Amino acid sequence: MHEFNEPLITAWQLVAGADARLAGIVLLSLRVSLAATLIACVIGMPIGALLAVGRFPGRRTLIVLFNGLMGLPPVVVGLLVYLLLSRAGPLGQFGLLFSPEAMIIAQAILVTPIVAALTRQVVADSWSEYREQLRSLGASRGRAAATLLWDGRFSLSTAALAGFGRAIAEVGAVMIVGGNIDGVTRVMTTTIALETSKGDLPLALALGFILITVVLAINAVAYALRGWAERHWG
Amino acid sequence: MNTWLSIDGLSLTEGGTRIIADVSLTLGAQRTVVLGPNGAGKSTLLRLIHDLLHPSTGVLYWPRPLSQAMVFQRPVMLRTTALTNVIYGLKLKGFKTGEARRRAQESLARVGLEHLALRPARLLSGGEQQRVALARAWALEPELLILDEPTASLDPASSREVERIIGDIAASGARILMTTHNLGQARRIAEDIVFIDRGRIVEQTPVAQFFKLPQTPAAQSFLQEEMP
Repeated sequence: MHEFNEPLITAWQLVAGADARLAGIVLLSLRVSLAATLIACVIGMPIGALLAVGRFPGRRTLIVLFNGLMGLPPVVVGLLVYLLLSRAGPLGQFGLLFSPEAMIIAQAILVTPIVAALTRQVVADSWSEYREQLRSLGASRGRAAATLLWDGRFSLSTAALAGFGRAIAEVGAVMIVGGNIDGVTRVMTTTIALETSKGDLPLALALGFILITVVLAINAVAYALRGWAERHWG
Repeated sequence: MNTWLSIDGLSLTEGGTRIIADVSLTLGAQRTVVLGPNGAGKSTLLRLIHDLLHPSTGVLYWPRPLSQAMVFQRPVMLRTTALTNVIYGLKLKGFKTGEARRRAQESLARVGLEHLALRPARLLSGGEQQRVALARAWALEPELLILDEPTASLDPASSREVERIIGDIAASGARILMTTHNLGQARRIAEDIVFIDRGRIVEQTPVAQFFKLPQTPAAQSFLQEEMP
């Protein structure tokens, strides 16, 4: 019991005392995953909306593809981005490997299909309701897609949060392209993996607490936002 | 009677079913109501005329192209204010923001909803939402307003209000083409009745004559069933 309790107490002291090293890791995690989610939304939401309302050859194939890519293994994404950014790779000259930027790129690739697929679902549902009215008013398909994205803004927050949840919790991609360098690219998940294997359980546990709290808090906010939107806009 | 639309040999087949079967029709009255039993193809005919559906065969001949707007049975409101819903339609037609806003406000006033302009549209009652939809259509000043059972999901008081607005829109010069299940409403609004059954035009008669002495057995039995 002693061996289990002691790390717990130390972990709590780290969290409560706002340990500087701990804070740095948490902030880097948030920064990387928020930036990746933002990029994924900017790219993925228009793609999802166009997949929902568009009519072009290959649309079905793309829908299946994006649905399938929701389950992309993070280590494979990490490996691909590693190859792209390594010195000999096509984007090697930018020297991005083992930087937070590389981690943002990898997570954005991981999350974009999730955001696109979930957006497509939301927009397709409202498209079936709005289609005739929007066409009657003379909206082009592109305009309709933009309108439905705006109209679905509260439901789409769920898509963004699902993407963020995936980004902040994954370890494989950031480990490979970030390199888990202390003070530079070490995020919550990679630190947990490393410290656990080194036997430093307090730091790992403290980060585990924070990670779970962040994910729960974000979902609570999303739930509250949707409830408010439902009451306020119908 | 100035013909504004001639329909020739119009058919629509979907999944092997003929929904509209060889319809030829000349529309010239300012206010025409399409009557017929459920599934007769009334809504489909309106959608073909409004270009929401494409016919399998046949042609629509417009002597002069008319600007159109359509109001549906269930109003579709965007998640924004009533006013912005009306502005949205105007902006799609190319109006600048200031002008669109002015017209939208006027239009909401004409349907008696200026006091609800800034309310979220989807939280309004069904009748109020339908009036916002009418304001959105009216703001575009269409030459032809098409309405697909606009009062079917409304209570009697809201129906009367919607009917009054349709009358006002007609009085402002727009042609009205609508379907309804409410025969009293058809009688009050229409000049001409087009009666269709199973995708075919059965008869086209001035309203007074249709209700007094329908020319076909199908229309006679329809009237008997609907008005016991």
